[in-house]
Amino acid sequence: MDYFLQMKNVSKTFGEVSALHDVNFEIGTNEIVGLLGDNGAGKSTMVKIMTGYHHPDPGGELYVKGKKSNHLTVPEARKQGIEIVYQERALADKQSLWRNIFLGRELSNKWGFLDIKKMRGETLKLMDTVMGFTSSAITPDSAVKTFSGGERQGVAITRALYFMAELIILDEPTMGLSLSETKKCLDFVNQIKCEGKSCIFIDHNIFHVYPICDRIVVLDRGTIAGQYMKDELTLPELIDKLYLVAHTGSLTDKNGCAEDAGKDGGNT
Amino acid sequence: MSSNAERTTPRLKSDSVKISGFAKALRTYSLQIGIVFVAIFIWFLFLLGSPRTFLAGNIYVSFMSTTPFFALIALPLTLIIIIGEMDLSFPSTMALGMMAFDVVFVGTGSVILGFIACLVAGAVVGYLNGIIVVKIGIPSLVATIGTQFLWRGVVMVVTNGQGLGMTKVQDTFLYPLFVGRIGGVVPAQFAWTIAVGIALWILLNRTRFGAHVYLTGDNIESARLMGVNVNRTKILSFTIVGVAAAFAGFVVSEEVLFFWPTLGDGYMMNTLAAVFLGGTSAYGGTGTIFGTFVACFIIGAINAGIVAAGLTGFWTSVIYGLIIVISVSLQAMLNKRIK
Ligand SMILES: Nc1ncnc2c1ncn2[C@@H]1O[C@H](COP(=O)(O)OP(=O)(O)O)[C@@H](O)[C@H]1O
Ligand SMILES: [Mg+2]
Repeated sequence: MDYFLQMKNVSKTFGEVSALHDVNFEIGTNEIVGLLGDNGAGKSTMVKIMTGYHHPDPGGELYVKGKKSNHLTVPEARKQGIEIVYQERALADKQSLWRNIFLGRELSNKWGFLDIKKMRGETLKLMDTVMGFTSSAITPDSAVKTFSGGERQGVAITRALYFMAELIILDEPTMGLSLSETKKCLDFVNQIKCEGKSCIFIDHNIFHVYPICDRIVVLDRGTIAGQYMKDELTLPELIDKLYLVAHTGSLTDKNGCAEDAGKDGGNT
Repeated sequence: MSSNAERTTPRLKSDSVKISGFAKALRTYSLQIGIVFVAIFIWFLFLLGSPRTFLAGNIYVSFMSTTPFFALIALPLTLIIIIGEMDLSFPSTMALGMMAFDVVFVGTGSVILGFIACLVAGAVVGYLNGIIVVKIGIPSLVATIGTQFLWRGVVMVVTNGQGLGMTKVQDTFLYPLFVGRIGGVVPAQFAWTIAVGIALWILLNRTRFGAHVYLTGDNIESARLMGVNVNRTKILSFTIVGVAAAFAGFVVSEEVLFFWPTLGDGYMMNTLAAVFLGGTSAYGGTGTIFGTFVACFIIGAINAGIVAAGLTGFWTSVIYGLIIVISVSLQAMLNKRIK
């Protein structure tokens, strides 16, 4: 099978806290995966392993485009075409817009000096074409601390787009966005699909996730509680399952709600 | 209303972009413009207060000769403050570099080898500061207070508290190169300070390393998440300060033709005052080499002014202390207003 990225038996502990436990996960080329789960389920930790920020506990394996990656770093992951819009946005507030767009990937000329003119120019172009910044108060030299939540999100998304990513991860991108900004963000995921790229989409709102995803993965307390192809189940069925997970911690609950367990047993 | 007008008439909009662009440039460089005005103002003050001293040329020569001693450290220290760290060990690094010179020079008789040993010692000390801060994770303020005492102690033990005459250095090209008088007037160390300033400006504003210094100081977590090697950036910054401190120690010792094991004592306050007065934020993430450069000469002028005004040297401590407290407070207030 042709996976873009694959995790095998990945666990992650922070001191005493076990954030992920024996997770197996894969995402195909041009697949949109919705990642659902309660706060603290380990979603952010999981995607930060894919971007090389966290490293799995010994024993866990990570494959990118079929090749085993023993110690993935953030620059390597970005080189492989993995870009992310972090939940915390990862912006440097006092720095200019162009410095934030090119954060960690500054363009330099053949002498090794920063190509500021090019970075400013590209930023200006992106503001026009991608970000849709209409306020005349914003220039490539504006510090991002003055930006609204939607504008900050726009910066983070644009940054992920600019570098020709093949896998774009969005970690709770609609958090704090207005209705129209949220719609723009969802359109953006559809566009990723059209362009033949892959996407992992994390959001608490299943009404956002369900329509745009090919597959839905439910994470609960550090383990994968279930996976569904979208055409396998309807939205109401999904909602039922999520309630079950929230109440019992499992989709194949044996004690507790007997009749629910009976209904769901066949699906997992 | 006005935003509506802008939307319907693109011409108006582009005009307002131009105007606000100019205003922005003014705001972006406001600190630098401000510091230049402060410098001119203080100069006028001294000119009025003591015209005899400040109209004579030789005060400026002495000014250009002594300011570089701490400016050579304040300039690279700007990087450390921007990156959100602190280095208080540079006074004893000055002495440690010269101790290395002492040992190698006495051992080999070569001034050049001694000079190289001096710079290498500075680099090692700076590198170790970086390692202690980054790998062991001790706050730099505490770590460098520790290394400050440690290296001073090492200097005292190795030299047995004894100084070293530097007259031999006068016979080598290093003497005119670093402390000679260009055209018989301008101290060479002044030219070196300008050169170091330009080199650091390029490093900070035109290289990826410099961009990472700003980003790390602004938001270290964001920098890490986006793949900036923040540890390497910090270690390199500490190393640069170490080399610069050792170099400054060499220049001072050359100028006075003697290496005192207490070398560096008395440089802490004016160096820090210059960085903070220059507009570099104690919160990290912002600051300029230009600001520090101008501030160094303001501090130098204040020093000369205190002497010219007939005040005792004790006053310098009071005034430098005030400068540090006031400039850091102003930054804190500015920081709040912008937020
Ligand atoms: N850097 C860290 N250090 C310690 N614990 C962490 C760290 N990052 C996450 N955790 C813990 O791991 C668990 C999963 O967190 P996270 O992946 O952020 O969940 P989610 O994104 O699903 O809300 C939480 O209990 C959280 O407190
Ligand atoms: Mg999260």
